[in-house]
Amino acid sequence: MSVDILLLGLAGVLASAGPVIFAAIGEAISERAGVINLSMNGMILLSAMGGFAAALATGSVVAGFAAGAAIGGAVAAVVAFSSITLKQSQVAVGFVLTLLCRDLSYFLGNPIMGQPGPRISMAPIPLLEGIPVLGPLFFRQDAMTYLSFVLIAAAWLFIYRTRPGLVLRGVGEKPAAAYARGANVGGLRYLYTILGGAIAGLAGPMYSLSIKAGWKGTISGLDGIGWIALAITIFGGWSPIKVALGAYLFAFLQWLGLVLQSALPGVPSQVLQVAPFPLMILTLLFVNLGNAEWVSNALARLPEKPRRALARLLRAMNAKPPAALGTPFEKD
Amino acid sequence: MLIELRDICKTFGPVRANAGISLAVPPASVLGILGENGAGKSTLMKILSGFQPPDSGSIIIDGEAATIRSPADALARGIGMLHQDPLDFPPLRLIDDLILGSRGPLRPDRKKAAREFRELAVRFDFDLDHEAYVDSLTVGERQQLEILRLLWLGARALILDEPTTGISLPQKQKLFATIRLLADEGMTVLFVSHKLEDVESLCDRAVVLRQGALVGSSEPPFDTKRLVELMFGKEVPQTPRYKIPCGETVLAARGLCLESLRLQIKDLDLEVYAGEVVGLAGMEGSGQAIFLASCAGLERAVAGSVCLDETDMTSRSHHDFKREGVAYLPAARLEEGLVPGLSLEDHFILAEGKRGLFIDRREAEREAVSRIASYNIKGRPDSPVESLSGGNQQRALLALLRDKLSLILVEHPTRGLDIESTIYIWSKLKERCSQGTAIVFISSDLDEILQYSDRVLVFFAGRVSPPLSAEDLGVEELGRLIGGKGWERFEASATAETAEASHV
Repeated sequence: MSVDILLLGLAGVLASAGPVIFAAIGEAISERAGVINLSMNGMILLSAMGGFAAALATGSVVAGFAAGAAIGGAVAAVVAFSSITLKQSQVAVGFVLTLLCRDLSYFLGNPIMGQPGPRISMAPIPLLEGIPVLGPLFFRQDAMTYLSFVLIAAAWLFIYRTRPGLVLRGVGEKPAAAYARGANVGGLRYLYTILGGAIAGLAGPMYSLSIKAGWKGTISGLDGIGWIALAITIFGGWSPIKVALGAYLFAFLQWLGLVLQSALPGVPSQVLQVAPFPLMILTLLFVNLGNAEWVSNALARLPEKPRRALARLLRAMNAKPPAALGTPFEKD
Repeated sequence: MLIELRDICKTFGPVRANAGISLAVPPASVLGILGENGAGKSTLMKILSGFQPPDSGSIIIDGEAATIRSPADALARGIGMLHQDPLDFPPLRLIDDLILGSRGPLRPDRKKAAREFRELAVRFDFDLDHEAYVDSLTVGERQQLEILRLLWLGARALILDEPTTGISLPQKQKLFATIRLLADEGMTVLFVSHKLEDVESLCDRAVVLRQGALVGSSEPPFDTKRLVELMFGKEVPQTPRYKIPCGETVLAARGLCLESLRLQIKDLDLEVYAGEVVGLAGMEGSGQAIFLASCAGLERAVAGSVCLDETDMTSRSHHDFKREGVAYLPAARLEEGLVPGLSLEDHFILAEGKRGLFIDRREAEREAVSRIASYNIKGRPDSPVESLSGGNQQRALLALLRDKLSLILVEHPTRGLDIESTIYIWSKLKERCSQGTAIVFISSDLDEILQYSDRVLVFFAGRVSPPLSAEDLGVEELGRLIGGKGWERFEASATAETAEASHV
């Protein structure tokens, strides 16, 4: 395998992780505010179908992405209304919505099934694309993949470096304390749930207008992506950078499965297709080692200096969910 | 800041939490607000700090009528409240916790905030690292952080709600010094407590609430007897110290070594006799909690042994300990001891552990009614446990204990309870002792340790004192030991012992 083909493959990994990044970072923002949006899986299908339909009707991919974001925001608004205003279970509402959205996308998407439509074009960045290795990897992509790079940095900066980002973390962690400090808990939860939904809503059109262009109904191969995004949100500890690393790891493992399939004809193809999933679980276990009691017991036996360093490393790696995740807030 | 409350009323359903309370708090003073649990103190403070609107009545600040719409509104007017459970964000760094909620540009100026935080901390001699995480702090340190934050945001009046609950003696002394300093600088302080000695030693004036009304006020020198009468409407007898003759060894820890991430306990030896009460004193996190947990089979020993009635129980499970007659009552009543959502009756059914698939509801209710009566719990068989007050939850936990027990391990048996409940809980515990049950308990209340223990073990950063007789130990000496002073004498005797042992 020549270096060029390898680079092309890896560039493909970066691109195919894009939708998962949008979905998982959108979910992370929503969950940071304390709202679990479990409708993700069905919503991605619906926004893929809706985005494709909009692009087909208008001939503009921009309209397609706008429609995707609008669908994501609208579905999230249902979750927000039922959980924040009606104080219903976020889990139950999310499950029902995910099934509803999925079937709705199959039903409404029937007329446009299999039609050829517009798709987003590659937009290599002049000069930068010429840089060896980095050029083909990062600067020969489409606009949405560039946007996914920007989103990772922007979301991280917002959550960890700005005042409103700090309040966002507070709202999901201890809404009572955030309220005492002047935050409008209900309003912010609405805002971030809908914003997170809109960002996640870009994932659908990224498939239907780029990676798996077109709408093919039940054989689109998109069913399940939303669940993976939800898992990666947790695995990434609700931090945009770690979430993105998780998405890249997942896309890389899937690509590796495809590559190895031809290299290892003796191994049944199902093994390689399924392998990314247990590997993700193992990584999750490793990342959250610090939560295990036996680890802290073993640590206590080490001398002071390495113990501190290790404890700090484990603390940085593992992540606890926002403490108020999934619970409604009531002023007492 | 002069705060005046005029005729504040607040009702919750049938309960009149505040029935026309009027109060004036001048600047540069500390006002103590006394009352037992449910007297209406918290409601009044929530109204003043903007958490709840009053049904009627007015708040007047520096002569001007003020409508306080929210806690943030209260703070904008200079009224800050320190809650009993600090309203901070455990997974954040101190500096982020400080900044969260403050106004300013999109990107907060961390360096400036850190500098101002350090200056404030130095002024009050608080040892807080602004880069540390909030969840690594003790309750006392989290209070210090909240105080600094409120001052940083420009509070001119401070409301402190039961601030001495769960903090160590040195931390309490520091807190009181800080409050005094602030009051002398002009701060208006409202100090809410049900602890008489705290109010007496700190406040310039004290008012007493009972059943939602202001029933009296007093100025120093305080008359303790009169304050108690005002609080309870009657005199509460102090239980006399009575000694129960000790029986056989119930629990024996030999050469016990325990480790956690923060500390190590080495070679702990203790024998607890039937009918005896052993108090474990020390700052929170000094090792007493893991020792207690190890006596219940909830914490594994690194070395050494734990024996019950001469049976070696080292590294056996909690269930084995329970089978041997050990009961463990954790500090977090609602989180670890009781099941929120289940009624009292359900709890008694669970505790009985009777066999058979179906529950005999009639029998269960009869049982529940009798236990509720004998433990004087304010609640009905179908009351969910989370609806009970702290005192009644603790009574329910005691009522859940099996009849025959050899050892009861309790964390903070009376934390957050008023005097009446405290006395009641201890009378029930002592009743157990007279039946031959031994009790080992943790408390951060020195008076409780000295009043109810026969012997005391002091913990300091993993070091453990030999058992000390509670009768010979004074509050001051105990406080010094908890603070890590005066430990040399144990070392001297220990070295002498080892020397003797090696000689033999």
